[in-house]
Amino acid sequence: MSKDMSYAAVMARKPEIMKKSIGIDYSDFESGSIAFDYEKMMRETGYSLEEIQKIQAETGVGNTPILELKNLTALARKCAAPGKGARIFIKDEASNPSGSFKARRAATAVYHAKKLGYKGVIAATSGNYGAAVASQAAMLGLKCIIVQECYDSKGVGQPEIIEKARKCEALGAEVIQLSVGPELFYSFLVLLEETGYFNASLYTPFGIAGVETLGYEIAMQFREKHGKDPDAVVVTNAGGGNLTGTARGLIKAGAQSKVYAASVDLSGLHMAADTQFNKKSFTTGHTGFGMPFSTWPDRSDVPRSAGRPLRYMDRYVTIHQGEVFYITETLAVLEGLEKGPAGNTALTAAFSLAQEMDKDQMIVVQETEYTGAGKHVQPQLSFARENGIEILFGDPKDEVPGKNIILPSHPSMIKAKDADLNHMRKSLIKNALKINVEPTEADIEFLAEETNSSVEFVKEAIASLE
Amino acid sequence: MVKKGEWVLIHKVVLTPEQRAPQVPDDTKKVPLELWVKGYLQQDANIGDEVTVLTRTKRLETGKLLEVNPYYKHDFGKFVPELLAVGDQVREILFGGADNE
Repeated sequence: MSKDMSYAAVMARKPEIMKKSIGIDYSDFESGSIAFDYEKMMRETGYSLEEIQKIQAETGVGNTPILELKNLTALARKCAAPGKGARIFIKDEASNPSGSFKARRAATAVYHAKKLGYKGVIAATSGNYGAAVASQAAMLGLKCIIVQECYDSKGVGQPEIIEKARKCEALGAEVIQLSVGPELFYSFLVLLEETGYFNASLYTPFGIAGVETLGYEIAMQFREKHGKDPDAVVVTNAGGGNLTGTARGLIKAGAQSKVYAASVDLSGLHMAADTQFNKKSFTTGHTGFGMPFSTWPDRSDVPRSAGRPLRYMDRYVTIHQGEVFYITETLAVLEGLEKGPAGNTALTAAFSLAQEMDKDQMIVVQETEYTGAGKHVQPQLSFARENGIEILFGDPKDEVPGKNIILPSHPSMIKAKDADLNHMRKSLIKNALKINVEPTEADIEFLAEETNSSVEFVKEAIASLE
Repeated sequence: MVKKGEWVLIHKVVLTPEQRAPQVPDDTKKVPLELWVKGYLQQDANIGDEVTVLTRTKRLETGKLLEVNPYYKHDFGKFVPELLAVGDQVREILFGGADNE
């Protein structure tokens, strides 16, 4: 008898497909109520930091250089009040084998798949993670399928995503390209079921633990070179794994650095809408992922996400598309570094945040990404213009995603805007209560940890919802 | 005629508009979920025919034959003059002025 392949039937088989394709029984960590044991999940299914350093070293991942951006710092100081303008640094993660920090996540996931005896790996991603999994699978001799959301219903693809498909194929992977829609997850489940391959999800404990080395390296490299930890670390935030892993690595190093999240403001654009898909100029690192994943991490492709960014962020700022393009171009002409725009989201925020800090302080941006055809300021702006987006100089705060891209008339107009963290905390609590159970004391403590707040805060938030 | 064994691109509809997930936005619900994949053609065929291909991971997929020896056409886009202006501006702010002439 052939299996029922309808959308509803495949989604109903999700728990068994997940269990078989990840090798984790997530029910081991569940309390039966809202709370689950996050640290137990990270401990029992993850690897120690030392083991991960070893795994990553085997494939040349990690130990990337940190560069001081002296000219960009000088430019920020030209825009800042006297005495202000922290030193800006960047960790050049583009020098990882696949061209981004995602190599760290893929290294542990693919290593784990090989150890468990899987013949291949599958990842659902339109981002740099695809190339990272493909690169690791190539090195470890596993088969690889990458599933992408790539085209709108007219068959027009985002140039940035097309480039990522090319890179995956260049590294030996099979690439499946889909049109816009959340049913990518359906196709992903069908493939997992058909092939029996490992689900190299971005959000497993292995994936997130893979990023811990990044945070750990930052602390160690700063201590060696400057004798102290950086004052702040800025992380581009989408699904939350980058921030979670980096923050956990900093904590494991005993660093006290503040952790700031940054996303490109794409408010008003619906991520699953066919007609809006090609109206955006960023396909990741934006609020369309950053906000929903921060306020409800378990919307990912695993039952419980190991990326839980609200636990770790001290601040969450947004920045406009035009500001990121401006800084990407500036990085090229002032620092001689040509990098992909999406990875420069945190850098753009850092340019603004540095101006709030004292001159003797240090702020580090924890990633860069590779650049190339399609995945570069010029094609991304050119594509926007072809899609009817107006590109002009002006005040970035007037930018309307999907309508225009405003390059700042002067770099002093680049301003990171604070998102309301307490509002986001309340949203997470509200989402958690949707399962309609009376929260236990353990649930309330769990939610306090989830939101990096207090039992009192959670109780007040629950009371305000009733 | 495209020969068996050639590297081709195929296209298929995964879910028709009626079969799509209930939560998709209205504009997305009007169109099917489509899929593109590449593989070795399993029989002689013409462009537009329903065919079977053997993919890179040795899976069989069926769909409509679109292209033979498909290649990437993405590039660095058209010239965006605003980017030159950005570069000139930041250099002027940092290194400009009479001292550097």
